[in-house]
Amino acid sequence: MPRKLAMATAAAAAGVLLVTAGCSGAGSTGGGSGDSADNTITALMVGNPQMEDIQKLTADNFTKQTGITVKFTILPENELRDKVTQDVANQGGQYDVATVGAYEVPIWAKNGWLHEVSTQAQADSAYDVNDLIKPMVSSLSGEDGKMYAAPFYGESSFLMYNKELFEAKGITMPEKPTWAQVAEYAAKLDDKSKGISGICLRGLPGWGELFAPLTTVVNTYGGTWFDKDWNAQVNSPEFKAATDFYVNLLKQHGQPGAPQSGFTECLNTFGQGKAAMWYDATSAAGTLEDPNASKVAGKVGYAYAPVNKTEYSGWLWTWAWAMPKTTKKADAAWKFISWATSKDYEKLVGEKLGWSRVPSGKRTSTYSIPEYKESAKAFADVTLGSIEHADPTNPGVQPRPALGVQFVGIPEFADLGTKVSQEVSAAIAGSNTVDKALADGQKQAEDVAKKYK
Amino acid sequence: MRRAPLLPALIFAIIVTQVPFLYTLYLSTLSWNALRPGDKPFVWLDNYVTVLSDSRLRSALLNTVVLTAGAVIFSVILGLVFALLLDRKFLGRGIVRTMLITPFLVMPIAAALLWKHALFNPTYGLINGLFGGSTDWVSSYPKAAVITTLVWQWTPFMMLILLAGLQSQSHEVLEAARVDGANAWQIFTKMTIPHLRQYLELGALLGSIYLVNTFDAIFSITQGGPGTATTNLPYEIYLTMFRKFEYGEASAAGVIVVILTIIVATFALRVISGLFKVEENR
Amino acid sequence: MRARLQNSVWGVVAWIAGIIFVFPVIWMVLTSFKQEADAATNPPSWFFAPTLAQYGQVFDRNITPFLLNSLMASVFSTILVVLLATPAAYALSLRPVAKWSDSLFFFITTKMMPAVAAFLPVYLLVKHLGMLDNVWTMVILYTSMNLPLAVWMMRSFLLEVPREVLEAGEVDGASLITSIRKIILPIVSPGLAATALICFIFAWNEFFLAVNLTATNASTSPIFLVGFISSEGAFLARLCAAATIVSLPVLIAGWVAQNKLVRGLSMGAVK
Repeated sequence: MPRKLAMATAAAAAGVLLVTAGCSGAGSTGGGSGDSADNTITALMVGNPQMEDIQKLTADNFTKQTGITVKFTILPENELRDKVTQDVANQGGQYDVATVGAYEVPIWAKNGWLHEVSTQAQADSAYDVNDLIKPMVSSLSGEDGKMYAAPFYGESSFLMYNKELFEAKGITMPEKPTWAQVAEYAAKLDDKSKGISGICLRGLPGWGELFAPLTTVVNTYGGTWFDKDWNAQVNSPEFKAATDFYVNLLKQHGQPGAPQSGFTECLNTFGQGKAAMWYDATSAAGTLEDPNASKVAGKVGYAYAPVNKTEYSGWLWTWAWAMPKTTKKADAAWKFISWATSKDYEKLVGEKLGWSRVPSGKRTSTYSIPEYKESAKAFADVTLGSIEHADPTNPGVQPRPALGVQFVGIPEFADLGTKVSQEVSAAIAGSNTVDKALADGQKQAEDVAKKYK
Repeated sequence: MRRAPLLPALIFAIIVTQVPFLYTLYLSTLSWNALRPGDKPFVWLDNYVTVLSDSRLRSALLNTVVLTAGAVIFSVILGLVFALLLDRKFLGRGIVRTMLITPFLVMPIAAALLWKHALFNPTYGLINGLFGGSTDWVSSYPKAAVITTLVWQWTPFMMLILLAGLQSQSHEVLEAARVDGANAWQIFTKMTIPHLRQYLELGALLGSIYLVNTFDAIFSITQGGPGTATTNLPYEIYLTMFRKFEYGEASAAGVIVVILTIIVATFALRVISGLFKVEENR
Repeated sequence: MRARLQNSVWGVVAWIAGIIFVFPVIWMVLTSFKQEADAATNPPSWFFAPTLAQYGQVFDRNITPFLLNSLMASVFSTILVVLLATPAAYALSLRPVAKWSDSLFFFITTKMMPAVAAFLPVYLLVKHLGMLDNVWTMVILYTSMNLPLAVWMMRSFLLEVPREVLEAGEVDGASLITSIRKIILPIVSPGLAATALICFIFAWNEFFLAVNLTATNASTSPIFLVGFISSEGAFLARLCAAATIVSLPVLIAGWVAQNKLVRGLSMGAVK
């Protein structure tokens, strides 16, 4: 009797699955029309302003020219990263194109998950692949030297400062400040009674949040996550000195709510004029100079990333368009990617939406467009200089085992960096110590390193 | 024959919940990291050893208990207070009831984001904006912040259950007690609370079932931090699955959670089994 | 007289509690009419020139497919839940099968398992069947998510049906269909409506499964909502506008049917 029941259950199970599979063929959604048609591609992208712009411009331009419809889904960075990795790793095949960060591209390329795009890019002379800024190309290349994603926009990091506040105290910011100078200025400009903090820095847990700026500080203090033989260096004196410096600076002169501040919170704080300095992504400048979104437009000065032992210390990041190997529409996908990363698209954005919204930082030629230079004159030179001097292969004082400035280009780093960042963030909040955070971090880093030794 | 009406639902539930569970059992014996494609060797119970010896799982378990219990207890108490208020007649009772159930109807992910960005934010959040100060609520009091959000959403649910309980009280009996000289407090403790017992248990049970699975609020308010202060079991499994991509370990942790769930469920249902018995005797 | 005064004092207390509780929602709606620069200020800006710019931005992003997907997933899963749960509840109440409490126990335990713990095999199976990014997948999963609660609630409603009336009907030779139509349905229909409403709410609001199992074709409104969180720009006012829109269907349904909710949850719960 139980056996019969089991068989009946199994049969019913198969029945249900067949029926539901049948339904899916009939009409998979309410919203879409012609989902499986060859001229529709699906795109997943991170919710940044540049991506919103491309969503607005695609139908009237790209679709009109090529007849290819693009369906977009926008997700926040964390959800996007989790979801795309999941989908690509399991060959879920839900996307034809996706925005992928500089961290993932080389790793995924190595796993054979992405289409290479060098061949198509070089075949298209109008695309002018040599115009792409060198560090951008190298950060998106696999071990075979081929590019596996096309950069949409790129950024480095620099120091932004509120010129009014600096003038009021009679301080002049050098073009290439040191961290010691920055700490000194932060102490002078910190004015709790007026609700103004000396500096704004990220404290939000996440390898791409807190550890983006913090790893650049570690680099310039002479530290590293791993040496070239995969010895974990998280509790080394240099790493510790850098982290102590960062945490103390933030505790003493940082913004309120530092342990929960990411890029967006800092943008808000600094944009409302509540912080004298902010060390973060160069892409922040576009928003800060927009009077509708910021109260400090026109009052911001820009300097190179502060340093200690190295000459430059800016990070290197790009959001790039990639095609998963699972796409069945590689031609249409490449058409979209090449359009999105072309010179013409930059011009289109400039003319239709304004030159400050151009997805910059990937092509040298962008910085010689007169209209763009005019709109970005406050920060264009420092931005380009920062990107050109960032070296993903050798960002610190010692040789590295993997690619990356503000991250280590191995799959385990996202987990490692996030877990250590949680503890450092707790140290900023005062419920943990840097020593304990880094001692735990060292253990976790050693575990990771075992697989590579 | 009598079983026939039950079968469709039973078979459906078995397929959609038990087949994946058997699959989880199988996955939990593999060493499988999705970021390193290739072979997935069979490793017996290694994943269970890894997971059980990791102190993160124990702290996640503790956090789950604290967060669930905190949210359930406070929302039941507040819900009871509101239900007692609404059980009286006053001007605009319907409007007040509408206002009080509104938080339950807001999309949970929207509620979490609203609290995090518009209310708790230390620089421009409404709480500091109204009362001054620059307290960073989410990182100074992470558990309390998460619990507050959950209580705000679930109090209406408890209130609705308890309100119905109050309204099912017989007015004649209450009136009789009053005539006999019982004061309001005596009536409340000796009559109302015992009458509400089943409703309180039910609210607590349903609340626990849903709140033990809290994911949206943790994911969007604290990301499990600072440190691991608010990493509960669902979020810890999520991290293992989506950040470490250790599918074997994630599955093993999932199996452990299921076993714990069944143990707790057996206990919890014994509590309400009183409810079942009452019916059988009807 | 004294009782009246007392009642109005408690009435004031209730009003204050109500206003405090609903205030975050009011603040959300207010913020949605601000410019981004006014949305994130300290002290909070109470007076501002209201703008529909944020709503314009939300509709610019083509919200319709998301709302339609949510509607499909919620409505169809609710129908399926009711169709499955009602007969099952009947077999667990009016005509109890042997070991009915074990069956009920089974249903309830399936609800206690965290969705995250079951996610991986579900994802792999769904992928294997080629049903990622498909509304029907969400319909099936939401059905299984809501089934335990629905069985429980429906069972309690059916227990309200007096057995004497049923038995009397049987003696009179009424068929099963007739007794369902004439006796059971009128008594349980408010409960049925309450069950359906609760299932609809939970399905409409579900986030975790939707974000991980859908892409562009079947994405539901919670996914649309989180798309407004940006790591590189101000978003608070737009987020509030989007949150207001996606919460509105459930808010309206809940407000309109609140009497049913009160009766439904309680009666459906205990007994």
